[in-house]
Amino acid sequence: MTLAVETTEITTLKVQLLLAEGWFTACDLSALHPGRGAAALLPDGRQAALFRDRAGRLYAIDNRDPFTGAAVLSRGLTGTHEGRPFVASPLLKQRFDLANGECLDDASVRVTSYAVRAA
Amino acid sequence: MTDSPGATPTIVLVGHGMVGQRFLEALAERGLTATHRVVVLCEEPRPAYDRVQLTSYFSGRTAEELSMTDREFIDGHGIELYVGDPARTIDRAAKKVTAGSGRVFAYDTLVLATGSYPFVPPVPNKDAEGCFVYRTIEDLLAIEAYAKRARVGAVVGGGLLGLEAAGALKGLGLATHIVEFAPRLMPVQVDDGGGAALLRTVEGMGLTVHTGVGTQEIVAGPEGAVTGMKLSDGRELAVDMVVFSAGVRPRDQLARDCGLTVGERGGIAVDERCRTVTDPHVFAIGECALAVDGRVYGLVAPGYEQAETAAATIASGEAAFVGADLSTKLKLLGVDVASFGDAHGTAEDCLDVVYSDSRSGLYKKLVIGRDGTLLGGILVGDAEAYGTLRALTGSVPPVSPESLVLPAQAGSEVRLGPSALPDEAIICSCHNVSKGTIRGAVTEHSCTSLPEVKKCTRAGTGCGSCLKVLGQLVDAELEASGVEVEKGLCGCFDRTREELYEIVLTLRIASYRELLDRYGRDGARGGEGCEVCKPAVGSIIASLAPTIGASGYVLDGEQAALQDTNDHFLANLQKNGSYSVVPRIPGGEIAPEKLIVIGEIARDFGLYTKITGGQRIDMFGARAEQLPLIWARLVDAGFESGHAYGKSLRTVKSCVGSTWCRYGVQDSVRMAIDLELRYRGLRSPHKLKSAVSGCARECAEAQSKDFGVIATAGGWNLYVGGNGGATPRHADLLAQDLSDAELVRLIDRFLMFYIRTADRLERTSTWLERIPGGLDHVRDVVVHDTLGICDELEELMRAHVAHYRDEWAETVNDPEKLARFVSFVNAPDTPDPVVAFVPERDQIKPDLPLLAIGMRPADDVLEGSTQR
Ligand code: SRM
Ligand SMILES: Cc1cc2nc3c(=O)[nH]c(=O)nc-3n(C[C@H](O)[C@H](O)[C@H](O)COP(=O)(O)OP(=O)(O)OC[C@H]3O[C@@H](n4cnc5c(N)ncnc54)[C@H](O)[C@@H]3O)c2cc1C
Ligand code: SF4
Ligand code: FES
Repeated sequence: MTLAVETTEITTLKVQLLLAEGWFTACDLSALHPGRGAAALLPDGRQAALFRDRAGRLYAIDNRDPFTGAAVLSRGLTGTHEGRPFVASPLLKQRFDLANGECLDDASVRVTSYAVRAA
Repeated sequence: MTDSPGATPTIVLVGHGMVGQRFLEALAERGLTATHRVVVLCEEPRPAYDRVQLTSYFSGRTAEELSMTDREFIDGHGIELYVGDPARTIDRAAKKVTAGSGRVFAYDTLVLATGSYPFVPPVPNKDAEGCFVYRTIEDLLAIEAYAKRARVGAVVGGGLLGLEAAGALKGLGLATHIVEFAPRLMPVQVDDGGGAALLRTVEGMGLTVHTGVGTQEIVAGPEGAVTGMKLSDGRELAVDMVVFSAGVRPRDQLARDCGLTVGERGGIAVDERCRTVTDPHVFAIGECALAVDGRVYGLVAPGYEQAETAAATIASGEAAFVGADLSTKLKLLGVDVASFGDAHGTAEDCLDVVYSDSRSGLYKKLVIGRDGTLLGGILVGDAEAYGTLRALTGSVPPVSPESLVLPAQAGSEVRLGPSALPDEAIICSCHNVSKGTIRGAVTEHSCTSLPEVKKCTRAGTGCGSCLKVLGQLVDAELEASGVEVEKGLCGCFDRTREELYEIVLTLRIASYRELLDRYGRDGARGGEGCEVCKPAVGSIIASLAPTIGASGYVLDGEQAALQDTNDHFLANLQKNGSYSVVPRIPGGEIAPEKLIVIGEIARDFGLYTKITGGQRIDMFGARAEQLPLIWARLVDAGFESGHAYGKSLRTVKSCVGSTWCRYGVQDSVRMAIDLELRYRGLRSPHKLKSAVSGCARECAEAQSKDFGVIATAGGWNLYVGGNGGATPRHADLLAQDLSDAELVRLIDRFLMFYIRTADRLERTSTWLERIPGGLDHVRDVVVHDTLGICDELEELMRAHVAHYRDEWAETVNDPEKLARFVSFVNAPDTPDPVVAFVPERDQIKPDLPLLAIGMRPADDVLEGSTQR
């Protein structure tokens, strides 16, 4: 497994996720485009879907779509529904709250969400 | 041969026209076909057809499509129908009818529905070769054949039918004159003011009108064919053919011959039960009957009512026909003319409200009674309000009459919704359907759409002039009964896709954010939008890109964030997160070299290959990071994107056509390739599919496509609105025998009009069923240019064609765009471990058990489909 080497340039903001072991650096902030996601590989082999909205807010949830098993949530379309930011799975279109991972279309389903920051 | 009646009583119907057919349906509905022997004598060589829509034959409707009956109905009800066999004599004493074939039928009840014949003024040479009347399909076939060798035509008579006939001659490519004896066109329906407005519009369409003059003589050449006509003012017109449309006369000869009473000016005299006044065993209905109010009705709606009355009387019910409404609307010439109720203000003490703008050919008059009751009116140039006004006739409108006729620009026009109408108001006068009945269709019969209501009530299936009001009424009723007919695109926009299209086009808005922040719902402005409006607006911007100055490349700038995931990766996402790759294979034609390249690529990347239902090859199982590598090789070999992922043109299938096939009459492969290359990359509300067949055997299945083309000896027939998929629909014929250039021009207009007005994810089939006026409206707009937008539609398409670039070629050459094709931002070379494959039949398939770990079952959903 090849993880991207961290650059030391202080001017470049990094997207970081809070994992059990502490803040994990996923990528440069500039790698995230407003309104679209990207997938990051976590040290334990799990995957996170990272998002940035047009106001610059960051979100991270599990990349795996619980309805299909495929790791594709990072490739969904984002939006807001009644004030809640969400991503719609590109496969069967269920929407997931980006802040807490809750499925908007089926309250019994939830994916992991991560605290995330640009630092 | 004599047919003797058995134990079952016999009803003999003479004449299988529109009213005759309706009478048979009325008999069937009342169960009389079960208890009676029903015999029908039909003079014409075909069973009943829609005479009202006769002229639509010239805009592509076939004789079969005009038919009003089917074998199933006739056979199912045990009706004996004798086609091409007219009644010759009636023996009322013996109660027997003798037909042309010599067959004799005894009857208990005789119903005459013989219609009318066209009146031809007794001018010299009226029977010369090249003189025609306009009444039957056979007349039209003869006119069409003769017009092929004619250049100039004249129509005698400037009434409703004369104008229709003139429009038809013009459509056949003839320079056309209209000669009307009265001082104005449509003298029966409109007054002088309306006539003047109408004249300007008709002349503006390139027809030459002569009013206030009679036809004195038809001039025939030495061969006996028409060469000209002399007018009563001494002028002579050089014409090659003449169509008489100078009114109709009831066909009452049969009745006269057997001693039935006829009116002074013709028509078989009947009582309010439609029984002849002479013989209680004989009825007369439709245009041959002289009703109890002293009128012979020349419209179909009163005839239908008479048919119901006669059937009810035979079933010994209580019914009466005492008179009917004479409202009419001109069809097909592309001019809005309508008159309804007491249009000429014959009632005592009535007042006129008139709005007239001769510059723009507008004339509107309402006739109002002393007490404010709307009595009738005339609309020329803009008959938009016809449906509502006609239905309001006889009541006091809830707003002032002036406000009903003033044009919108005057700022005071009141859009009277159908909610203002009382339940008794007749919405569809062709079938006599009231507002109450239509509401009932929604509330009691649970119809949830316009097509369902049409089917349930018959409303809107006649002349079509009520469709607009009908649509509004159905929407209003659905809304009232709690069915959500929210017209907004989504939670972010309260406007329809069509409205957003207009905004983007007119204001040249090339940014989704700008559109959302300016035109979104209050709460949505400044927000993120949603998964519904983003791709929809992305598609609108892409369709209009060259015209509004946006980038034509869907992954540029902000546009990239709007695309559905498939468009974002320019590939189709599969269930395990891998992608499929479909290069374009125009018309399904592919050279061996290219086949080999596809084979090599699939082999080298280990992809699963399959021949698709769209005549091309799909390669499955590519990982996101492999897509650029695969496409670099494809682009290199001359392939380009097949847009299998886009809501855009998919394939134009072809059959082998005249090059190889022994039956082919045109080169269908060439045409399919031309069309596919012309429309490739065109983003639209839903995917677009097409096919071209080389002859009527239709091996390419063109009639199941959004636009399908079938070769004829004379060119191409264009079909539109076909669909396979979940709700199949056969395409409708839009136009016939087109040249290559005409075909392409019509498709250009059709597609752009669809893109402009359809809802998101609405295939052409559903769109055609939904939009007010349906196929006829679309034909008016794209063939006859009644909205005057065809130049613009063509220009938009030209811009699209000129700016098309292959988006995969563009992508593989742009390192920045390639950055998205990675598995992980932080580990671009590590494959997604969930994407794994197992072998099957010498190829691969997704490792499904791997996916199933931690997966929950979900209900099946049809991807991207609209509700129907
Ligand atoms: C590959 C193919 C099946 C095959 O193996 O033959 C196919 C595959 C898909 N079809 Fe199809 N359809 C394919 C021919 C058809 C046809 C036949 C045809 O085009 O002649 C039809 C019926 C004709 C029609 O569309 O009217 C067809 C009717 C549908 C429908 C139903 C559309 C409808 O109006 O009801 C959908 C769902 C939708 O689009 O909403 C659909 C959706 C799909 C999607 C896009 C579903 C999805 O999003 O995953 C599939 C994508 C496959 C992929 O990843 O490449 N596909 N699909 C065919 C590709 C043809 C091509 O070369 O582009
Ligand atoms: C071009 C055109 C446009 C029109 N547009 C409109 C419109 O917009 N709105 C409207 O309301 N009306 C319109 N009309 C009028 C409408 O078509 C007629 O009112 C309607 O067809 C009358 O129906 P019917 O059954 O009485 O007569 P028809 O439909 O004429 O049927 C009579 C049938 O009887 C047959 N017949 C006659 N004698 C015999 C016999 N001895 N034995 C057997 N069969 C016989 C005839 O061949 C004919 O087929 C239009 C008519 C034409 C020609
Ligand atoms: S549609 Fe006609 S021309 Fe084309 S393959 Fe079939 S039979 Fe031949
Ligand atoms: S009024 Fe003619 S179809 Fe309804």
